[in-house]
Amino acid sequence: MSLAKEQRIVLNNYDKINPASIDEYIAQGGYQALKKALTMSSAAIIDELKASGLRGRGGAGFPTWLKWSFTAPIEADQKYIVCNADEGEPGTYKDRLIMDKDPYRLIEALTIAGYTLGATKGYIYVRGEYPQSQQSLNTAITGTKAAGMMGKNILGSGFDFDLEVFSGAFAFVCGEETAIIESIEGKRGEPRIRPPYPGTVGLWGKPTVINNVETLANIPAILNNGGKWFASIGAVKYPGTKIMTLSGDVVNKTFVEVPTDTTLYDIIYGFGGGVTGGDFLAVQVGGNSGGVLPESLLNTPIDFDSMMAAGGSLGTGAVFVINDKRDLLDVVKNMAHFFTEESCGKCTPCREGCQRLYDFMVKVCDGKATVKDLKIANGLARVMNKSALCGLGQAAPTPVQTAIKFFGNKFEEKLLQNS
Amino acid sequence: MVDSYTNVSVDKIIAEFKDVKSGLLPALHAIDEKYKVIPEEALVKLSQVFNIPVSQIYGVATFYAKFAVNQRGKNVIRFCESAPCHIAGAAELVAAFEKQLGIKAGETTLDGKFTLEFCQCVGMCQEAPVFTINQQPYFNVSIEEIPEILARF
Repeated sequence: MSLAKEQRIVLNNYDKINPASIDEYIAQGGYQALKKALTMSSAAIIDELKASGLRGRGGAGFPTWLKWSFTAPIEADQKYIVCNADEGEPGTYKDRLIMDKDPYRLIEALTIAGYTLGATKGYIYVRGEYPQSQQSLNTAITGTKAAGMMGKNILGSGFDFDLEVFSGAFAFVCGEETAIIESIEGKRGEPRIRPPYPGTVGLWGKPTVINNVETLANIPAILNNGGKWFASIGAVKYPGTKIMTLSGDVVNKTFVEVPTDTTLYDIIYGFGGGVTGGDFLAVQVGGNSGGVLPESLLNTPIDFDSMMAAGGSLGTGAVFVINDKRDLLDVVKNMAHFFTEESCGKCTPCREGCQRLYDFMVKVCDGKATVKDLKIANGLARVMNKSALCGLGQAAPTPVQTAIKFFGNKFEEKLLQNS
Repeated sequence: MVDSYTNVSVDKIIAEFKDVKSGLLPALHAIDEKYKVIPEEALVKLSQVFNIPVSQIYGVATFYAKFAVNQRGKNVIRFCESAPCHIAGAAELVAAFEKQLGIKAGETTLDGKFTLEFCQCVGMCQEAPVFTINQQPYFNVSIEEIPEILARF
């Protein structure tokens, strides 16, 4: 059994408070960080974030302070802060937990972000599949306005800030930051070619910072307790905690918020209670774009860099467990199919590549693939990694690639002999 | 409930959003919620109000899986086919619904009451397999429960 412990920062208020009540949020220390921030300079807040070492929780792991530092000094008539709440990676429901159970935390964080960046308007782009989260946030926005902490001259600081919930409409690609911008602008959610980056040319051409829900939700605690405190938790290079959501063949299909130096083993066998329906075969970490990993990698800590070094990715923190009674190739075929549905079709490597990788998996499962097909699939996957326009297409081959890499014997058994 | 479409009420919906800078998607949401379809007349009207070519509006309306330009049933049943639901037996559940309603996924019953569709993850993977009826999620439903669930609509 595991000695690893949960540590709740972003989920600190989970089921402790009535999510609709601003008074209960304030009673737990809510809005102290905003009050503190309003007495600080933008540069001082960014320094605190730098000291914390906070990096993105949406999958890319980019340092939050660095992203903010590009946009904060820019002089512009309008800047925007956008919250990416288009959580769509299969197996992931971390952002939903925050939005449904502690919406004021996110709103406080966004207000701090707006103040730091000089952005007077913010959008929370919530996936269309989460109407209850949209309602929870709208209730909290109304409550914040009523308490005088949103709108004109917040708490007498001279800072104006307004926030709006924007509903997605069932498109996985709209979790990509420039696709979100396109979508809010009323267009198809197709990622933009970069540069320019949204930090300088974003929503309606204005400087725009896009942060994930879980990333933002850490910020009030960082300002309250100091960057050093945060930096001391978990892994050195990716400090803090991470919400992990468990699904698949695992006893406890639940969520945990753990320090980032916790291992996959502790998550699956400690918090998850072990594997159901058979023995462990594989785990896909980070959502459908994540790697399919073998038992030999379970001692890997979940932090961004350790997962990447192991040949996987932390991604969104989804942990999808697959037992040895499953037909792994059939499950990987399903993963490949997902991308044929969700590729936006703008760039050729992704539009064509996702379909061809799925065709390859169908051929493998039907026992009709050859050694040459396998080589072509590997080559195609590398082309997609390198040349797709956005993260979706670059990561789309990952399940197939990692399955070939770590479970090559399963493929070999199904390939046509003498081919 | 699906209201019968009239020009007047579509105009009224669109008018609410015409001065909103990011108004096109919210307008499509509002039309979709009322009619379960984005009728051709609405595409034309949206084009006029937002001063965007009809082709572009059509492109937007067909990009997002939430919107349909062909009439759906009054009740839209969507089955998650992502990996966590896949291994939890989503296919058996879909087959049972198809048998019960006498249609295939992607089709609408003759009486216009139900549409069956596939979708990807709805973020409820702790209780797979998941399907939604009019956005309301249903968890861990056994095949025996299906007639009773359908009877509620």
